[in-house]
Amino acid sequence: MGVKRHLLSTADLLLDDALLVLDTADRMARVADAPVRKLPTLRGRTVVNLFFEDSTRTRTSFEVAAKRLSADVINFSARGSSVSKGESLKDTAQTLEAMGADAVVCRHSASGAPHRLASWVRGSVVNAGDGTHEHPTQALLDAFTIRRRLGRVDGLAVTIVGDVLHSRVARSNIWLLTTLGAQVTVVAPPTLLPLGIDGWPVGVSYDLDAVLPKSDVVMMLRVQRERMSAAFFPSEREYSRRYGLDADRAALMPEHALVMHPGPMVRGMEIASSVADSPRSTVVDQVANGVSVRMAVLYLLLGGGTDRETT
Amino acid sequence: MAAAAQGDPARNTPGNMPGATSRPHAEDPDGPVDVVGRTSDDDSVAGPRGRADRPGLSRTVLSAADMNRVVSRMAHQVLEKTSGGDGVLLLGIPTRGVPLAQRLARRVAAVEGVNLPVGSLDPTMYRDDLRLRGVRPLEVTEIPECGVDGMVVILVDDVLYSGRTVRAALDALSAYGRPRAVQLAVLVDRGHRELPIRADYVGKNMPTSRRESVAVRLREVDGADAVLIVSADAL
Amino acid sequence: MTSVIVLRGVSPLGGDPRDLVIAGGRIAAVTPPGGGEHTSVVAEAADGAAGGTRRGPLIVDGAGLIALPGFVDLHTHLREPGREDAETVESGTRAAALGGYTAVFAMANTDPVADTAGVVEQVWRLGQDAGHCEVRPVGAVTKGLAGSQLAELGAMATSAAAVRMFSDDGHCVSDALLMRRALEYVKAFDGVVAQHAEEPRLTAGAQMNEGAMAACLGLPGWPAVAEEAIIARDALLAGHVDSRLHVCHVSTAGSVEIIRWAKAKGWRVTAEVTPHHLLLTEDLVASYDPVYKVNPPLRTKADTEALRAGLADGTIDCVATDHAPHAPEDKETEWAAARPGMLGLETALSVVIETMVTTGHLDWAGVADRLAAAPARIGGVADTVLDVAQFAQVGTPATLTLLDTQAQRVIDPAAFASRSTNTPYRGRTLPGVIRATFLRGRPTVLDGKIV
Repeated sequence: MGVKRHLLSTADLLLDDALLVLDTADRMARVADAPVRKLPTLRGRTVVNLFFEDSTRTRTSFEVAAKRLSADVINFSARGSSVSKGESLKDTAQTLEAMGADAVVCRHSASGAPHRLASWVRGSVVNAGDGTHEHPTQALLDAFTIRRRLGRVDGLAVTIVGDVLHSRVARSNIWLLTTLGAQVTVVAPPTLLPLGIDGWPVGVSYDLDAVLPKSDVVMMLRVQRERMSAAFFPSEREYSRRYGLDADRAALMPEHALVMHPGPMVRGMEIASSVADSPRSTVVDQVANGVSVRMAVLYLLLGGGTDRETT
Repeated sequence: MAAAAQGDPARNTPGNMPGATSRPHAEDPDGPVDVVGRTSDDDSVAGPRGRADRPGLSRTVLSAADMNRVVSRMAHQVLEKTSGGDGVLLLGIPTRGVPLAQRLARRVAAVEGVNLPVGSLDPTMYRDDLRLRGVRPLEVTEIPECGVDGMVVILVDDVLYSGRTVRAALDALSAYGRPRAVQLAVLVDRGHRELPIRADYVGKNMPTSRRESVAVRLREVDGADAVLIVSADAL
Repeated sequence: MTSVIVLRGVSPLGGDPRDLVIAGGRIAAVTPPGGGEHTSVVAEAADGAAGGTRRGPLIVDGAGLIALPGFVDLHTHLREPGREDAETVESGTRAAALGGYTAVFAMANTDPVADTAGVVEQVWRLGQDAGHCEVRPVGAVTKGLAGSQLAELGAMATSAAAVRMFSDDGHCVSDALLMRRALEYVKAFDGVVAQHAEEPRLTAGAQMNEGAMAACLGLPGWPAVAEEAIIARDALLAGHVDSRLHVCHVSTAGSVEIIRWAKAKGWRVTAEVTPHHLLLTEDLVASYDPVYKVNPPLRTKADTEALRAGLADGTIDCVATDHAPHAPEDKETEWAAARPGMLGLETALSVVIETMVTTGHLDWAGVADRLAAAPARIGGVADTVLDVAQFAQVGTPATLTLLDTQAQRVIDPAAFASRSTNTPYRGRTLPGVIRATFLRGRPTVLDGKIV
């Protein structure tokens, strides 16, 4: 990434790219321990948070990260702006160009929207979640969290449970964790797995109880209730019974195994409160680590000179 | 992902892979190229490999034995100037400043039986020249438990050149607290300062031309100890 | 207007060079090269010109050019009325003529929808006025393409536009009973129902071919079965009521198999494939550039191979462009917001050469059948050859095109006659250039330019 302009997907991150982000995030995390947490590194750079979908948690995380690096932050949310009046993504891109955005952090409901944006702006584009495609910084922070808690990612068995079909977090994690050497298994009802998953570098299981004892990490995905009405599964109760992580199920996991959730959680349905709040849960770490990872990403994309500046 | 902004190849650390850029000093076969004509860049200099070792193109100005003596003298000077190392914290500037700081501490311990705390301080994110080349990998900052408040912090680096690294290090240091005093120890001062900065402890003053580069090699990083001057013709 | 034309040294269907003498809209004489100018027809025209009573003969040097019957496109979106910013009958038929076409079937999804005699007559007249090629309006099967009530098919059939092909293209006539009725009803005037085969419940929100690629890109999948299920159902219906069914833009290997089976049953089922489904695959979607968004979506390499084989063996009867111009704002968007569709008229022949001729699937007579004679038979086009063997015979209509198969070009949408630029071939080098097109003896394109 030190030599790439955008972060759009984890599928095209090489092992060295991924490790560089995680190592840099480690350094950033140490800064968080210093009495003065603000770094002058990105002084004079402008980061635009372009959020077409509401996501306070991701937007805030990027905002804190950018501000800790002294970048100017502009929050450009679709609600209440010209975007909600039908302005096209391309027009918005041109507006951002005029503002001199060095980086655009983009959240959009359409898969691939950040890719399109990247072809229209000169600055770096960071995908902060696009449709059902990817959410690269979430995966990076998940990998970072795993590495901090278990010391490594390479060789771990990671189980991802839930609505893989509609999950950008699952996609980004599958590519990234596989690149980092983990063995990923996805567990879901067949209706919530994409057709064609057999071509992915993952194991597939429909039986959570069988997979849990062999898992070093269990990552629970959010299941949206509206999937039920679209006949992806018969009822909340049946889903919870077959794929929810309750205390009895959590007891099947090895002692050291972690429980992760990208949030926001649907407590009771996909994860029991007692599990979400247990010491093996990383939910709180994930939030803190999110800032370090996003600082690393912004630094690696904006911390050097551009072509124009270095030549 | 699109290929990015590569800096000026004469300045930039070569290697397109981030993995290669993360340890340029140790692994970069074109190390000497890295430092040519660098006037406002890192003070420290890559350990030369390959061409730099060819006779006639580089000359050794400090041997391993010389270096040993120089570090010993610096240790004595530190003890003398800080009244026996009272309240002293050694912070090495990565990469080669860190093992140098450790060596200094060992010498001090050997001479006086005092164990000075040693840490590292990466000034990268405080540099004023980040935009002049591609993104730099970050190094480790490790502040010992004593902290920096009220301490006499001695920054340790291998080569003092423009002074910009030290300036950045002073800024970085202030994020961690307020030392009683800050001093600077360098193995080599090669001149050509661009800022009003001078070292308190100098292993060797080494007048050079800007066309030359100084390469410090340390056992811990490069496998052997030496200081070389690499002439521009070698490049 | 020039009435006598000599095409010197052209190769009909890629055969031996001949001079073709055109007079009165028909082939008046066929001679060995160099003989055309010495025929009595030409001599009379020259005499007339000398006497000032008529124009002299037009001599076209066709050495090295292949002559093929003028192409017929069963599937064109001319966008007029309604989206004249994207295409008009005038601009679309210019594009057609430049692509070697002499007849296009204008799809009904205009605004207003072509579901009445009034609208189809309007489109037909616009075509007559433009004069670049014949425009045959396609009538909607259901009112407003809404899929609930039959449009006045008979009125459209007996209008000046003489509609014979009916389609809700863009929408599937998904109601089985309604489809059955439509198939039965059009028998009264030898009509054909052209079905856009897409089971709507299986493609709700669909964005691209369902499979590993869609799974990776996070785009909802458009499964092959959604097309195949409708084709199978409609073939059974067509067989049941003994009506003519035409399947639009076949895109999957499975569809080819089902059509092959239906034909083997003796049912009156015909099918078309688009150039883009012959050449392009879903891999292109990875760019998220909506210029590659089309319905049905680009499929896999295995599908393109099955489609090529199906076109070669006649399971698929013809090539139809599904020329779908779109304004920039409908394509320069995120993928999901973009409208599906690609330009096709000005690149169809080149793609067919690339996918079918250079690969050995079709010879020039085969190309003539799949691009001209077969669609003319399906659509009921008069004044053109319905059997390739008749082409360039004395007395047959002089509706033909001349192509330079040695030439290549880099596709540049800025050079298109179409008002839109949404070609998926931008920057690609493709073989074959149309040099001239003649509609019933009248040049519509000469030297590669509109006359």
